[in-house]
Amino acid sequence: MTNPSESVIIVVVSRALARLIQLFGIYVIIHGHYSPGGGFQGGALLAAGVLLLRMTEGGRASQSEVSTEAAIPLAAVGALIFAGAGLVTLAFGGHYMDYGAVPVPGVEEPVVRYYGILLVEFGIGLAVMTALVAIFDDMVAPDPYGNAVDAAGDRAGTPPKL
Amino acid sequence: MIEFLHSYYAYWAIILLLVIGLYGMLVKTNLMKKVIGMIIFQNAIILLFVAAAFKWDATVPVLDPAYPSEDPVNYLNPLPHTLMLTAIVVGVAIVGVAFALLIAIYRNYGTLEEPVLMERMRSE
Amino acid sequence: MLLLFTGLLVYATIHLPARGDPEAPMHRKENVVGDPVAGAYFIGNAYRDAATPNMVTVILADYRSVDTLGEVIVVFTAGVCCLLILRRRMYD
Repeated sequence: MTNPSESVIIVVVSRALARLIQLFGIYVIIHGHYSPGGGFQGGALLAAGVLLLRMTEGGRASQSEVSTEAAIPLAAVGALIFAGAGLVTLAFGGHYMDYGAVPVPGVEEPVVRYYGILLVEFGIGLAVMTALVAIFDDMVAPDPYGNAVDAAGDRAGTPPKL
Repeated sequence: MIEFLHSYYAYWAIILLLVIGLYGMLVKTNLMKKVIGMIIFQNAIILLFVAAAFKWDATVPVLDPAYPSEDPVNYLNPLPHTLMLTAIVVGVAIVGVAFALLIAIYRNYGTLEEPVLMERMRSE
Repeated sequence: MLLLFTGLLVYATIHLPARGDPEAPMHRKENVVGDPVAGAYFIGNAYRDAATPNMVTVILADYRSVDTLGEVIVVFTAGVCCLLILRRRMYD
């Protein structure tokens, strides 16, 4: 768990900046149809916003963004959105991930694929963001056994050698 | 001759990067430096694919009405771009798992230098 | 040995098609037996098939979506692996 930064300037500026980064991440996901972008890049940007808060506000204060316990289940939800989109097309008689097979009245097949791609990009973005946050949280977590070895090869619990 | 160099200099720069990464993985004894060598190697391969997707006088693979899409000469090849996009994300995942393993090793043995690590593993 | 390897790779690149040549085999419309090549096919048909201008997005989420599903599962597995390596006490 990271500690909050001691500088007020860093905390205040990073709070404002993190929102801008997350907004840009959502823009990159949604506008990925018309410009370079998409789920992977937008997910990485969203994770960058969360990790900036983790490093400056401290791990405890930034749990309201994506909490440590919720990260892995949310990544599973993102992957399941992706797989579920494929299963829906199977239910309508198409191939796996063949979005054009879903009959939506009044909408042509390419436009159905357009919205299928958008849904899948959201799933990718959610999975990538939460997986990156989970990896970061695991790396800064304290040693679960509490008997870490220091650089000289001594157990932390044993008294220093003379 | 100049034209020949102009066609291939990018590949040679990428090969230089690849060999730097291989040197890091083979010669350095610190596990952290080995992981950094692996990252350099990975990025060299990503750059190789992106360089291979390049075409002179072509634009990015986002459809523009000014460039007809019937003629593939107008657009860069989008397939290597897509493959490398996913490869970058998988690379991040690999680096994450590698760092997690290094953290676990450091907690148990207190070092990432290979000779010291082997000695401590033998003495346990 | 590394220098030998470098020399081997440089020797190999001389036989590659020149960088940026639109007539290279991977950029052509048809290969030597007359089948369509993937890159040119995606350029020509991406907008017709999915109404999306960005070809990379169409390939990522439509033509090669099963591949992308595999990538997402790899990222998810990496997250679970870090959890299992570094947070083992929860399961002891």
